[in-house]
Amino acid sequence: MISELINVSIDELLRELTPHVLGSVVRRFRDFSAGEDAVQEASLAAAVQWPRVGIPDNPRAWLTQVAFRRMVDHIRSETARRRRENDVALDASFIVEASASENASSEDDTLVLLFMCCHPELTEGSAIALTLRAVGGLTTAQIANAFMVPEATMAQRISRAKQTIKTSGVPFQLPSAQERGTRLRSVLHVLYLIFSEGYATSTGGELRRDDLAHEAIRLTRIVHKLQPDDTEVAGLLALMLLTDARRNARTSAEGELIPLAQQDRSLWDKQAITEGVALISATLPKGSVGPFQLQAAIAAVHDEANCAEETDWPQILALYDVLKRISDNPMVRLNYAIASAMVFGAPKGLELLSALDNDTRLKNHYRLDAVRAHLLELAGDREMAVVHYRAAAGKTASLPERNYLLTQAARLIAPEESSV
Amino acid sequence: MKYILLMNATKEVFEWYSTWPKEELQANMAFMRKIAAELKDEGVLLQTAGLAWPQQAVIVRAGSDGQPITDGVFPEAKEFLAGYWLIDVESAEQAYKVAARISLAPAPKGTPGTMPLEVREVMDRAPEEMP
Repeated sequence: MISELINVSIDELLRELTPHVLGSVVRRFRDFSAGEDAVQEASLAAAVQWPRVGIPDNPRAWLTQVAFRRMVDHIRSETARRRRENDVALDASFIVEASASENASSEDDTLVLLFMCCHPELTEGSAIALTLRAVGGLTTAQIANAFMVPEATMAQRISRAKQTIKTSGVPFQLPSAQERGTRLRSVLHVLYLIFSEGYATSTGGELRRDDLAHEAIRLTRIVHKLQPDDTEVAGLLALMLLTDARRNARTSAEGELIPLAQQDRSLWDKQAITEGVALISATLPKGSVGPFQLQAAIAAVHDEANCAEETDWPQILALYDVLKRISDNPMVRLNYAIASAMVFGAPKGLELLSALDNDTRLKNHYRLDAVRAHLLELAGDREMAVVHYRAAAGKTASLPERNYLLTQAARLIAPEESSV
Repeated sequence: MKYILLMNATKEVFEWYSTWPKEELQANMAFMRKIAAELKDEGVLLQTAGLAWPQQAVIVRAGSDGQPITDGVFPEAKEFLAGYWLIDVESAEQAYKVAARISLAPAPKGTPGTMPLEVREVMDRAPEEMP
């Protein structure tokens, strides 16, 4: 029991220290790819040794030293391999201790590492994996497990991602002031993808993978701490908190999907809601409103309603209206149509949906059918609602979602039943 | 020995499934969740997945330029993969037993027979000395 607790705290400690140690290594050796491997090896060594011999007095210095040694070994073998004559005077003996004076720069290191791992030249999948390993301090095995792919496949994905970074010649420093805004958006996008993957897994039959969502929240908290004045960072953190707060109400004990309107709101995490609402309320008045802040504000309106009937739909409609203007995303238009239906009645929502029929981005997407089915049901057209629930079921790639949609259709063809 | 148990169905069967009454549908879904959890607990299940429905299934070939050419026309009688279970067991008989358990997935009253599964061994055995 106690040793288990120690293991948990060691794991947390290692993950917290990873970006700082990696920062020191990369700054010293100017090699992100090899440095990242060295830090992973150091972490694995710590995970084996610390539970037995105890956590060293200065765990960060310990990790840095081990990682430095690995780098020296790496450079030596590389040098030997290349049969170079020049004496690379690197020796483990002169290794620096991670001193307090390094702390200032190491805060920035986390940010620099995030910018690197979320580099626009990487595919989303690679950026996610690399971020979780280099900044989140997860092992390849843990990441592979979370995404349900073999460890060897994940290792390869990470190594290729690092190769891409190497080839692109990104220097280990913060992007220029002009670039920083766009690059930060890429970072937030990747963090959002990690969160979404945890919240509604895109693979497999289980609906939630909490650890990924929690990891995304932890990383976003770090970014928020480093960039407290960026309103979209705050918006994303609030959005994650306000969405994750509903986690326990989102699925039944049997693993069935429960829609927002039918969730048992007593299961919502009040503390997360309070934190999220406070954060978004403090952020919105600062100006420069972006999509994450608006989505967080919408989530806050939902979370603050004591029951579905008390939801302030006019407020949500107004927020979607602003979101619709700043982001040309068909999903936003779909949600705008739902909010309109809730305020002005189902026919208004259905009318808005017909404008989306020719949107190629929604072609073959289940959600247009699902929303239409829902609104048709609200309008009293059960027969057509069944048709569209089934059409949506045929298009979704989420098993819990398909089960939900088929059950909705089945519910409507059983006229004696009035509700789910 | 590794086996893959394949659940196949024609489009007609997929459509029929989507018209099942609510209780039967839910019983079937619950059974599928339960059997996967059981096989996992028993240390037999390596992987399982359901597939998205075949509405958007396509056949892909490379054209002369190597780029994909898609074709979505299938014969009516074609059976599509609906889902699979990859298992690791000691013998073919054990694989059949697992398949028989899955085959008992509940269906609406009056449905003839139980669900068929195609059982195939995965080529995973060590090579033997050739004579």
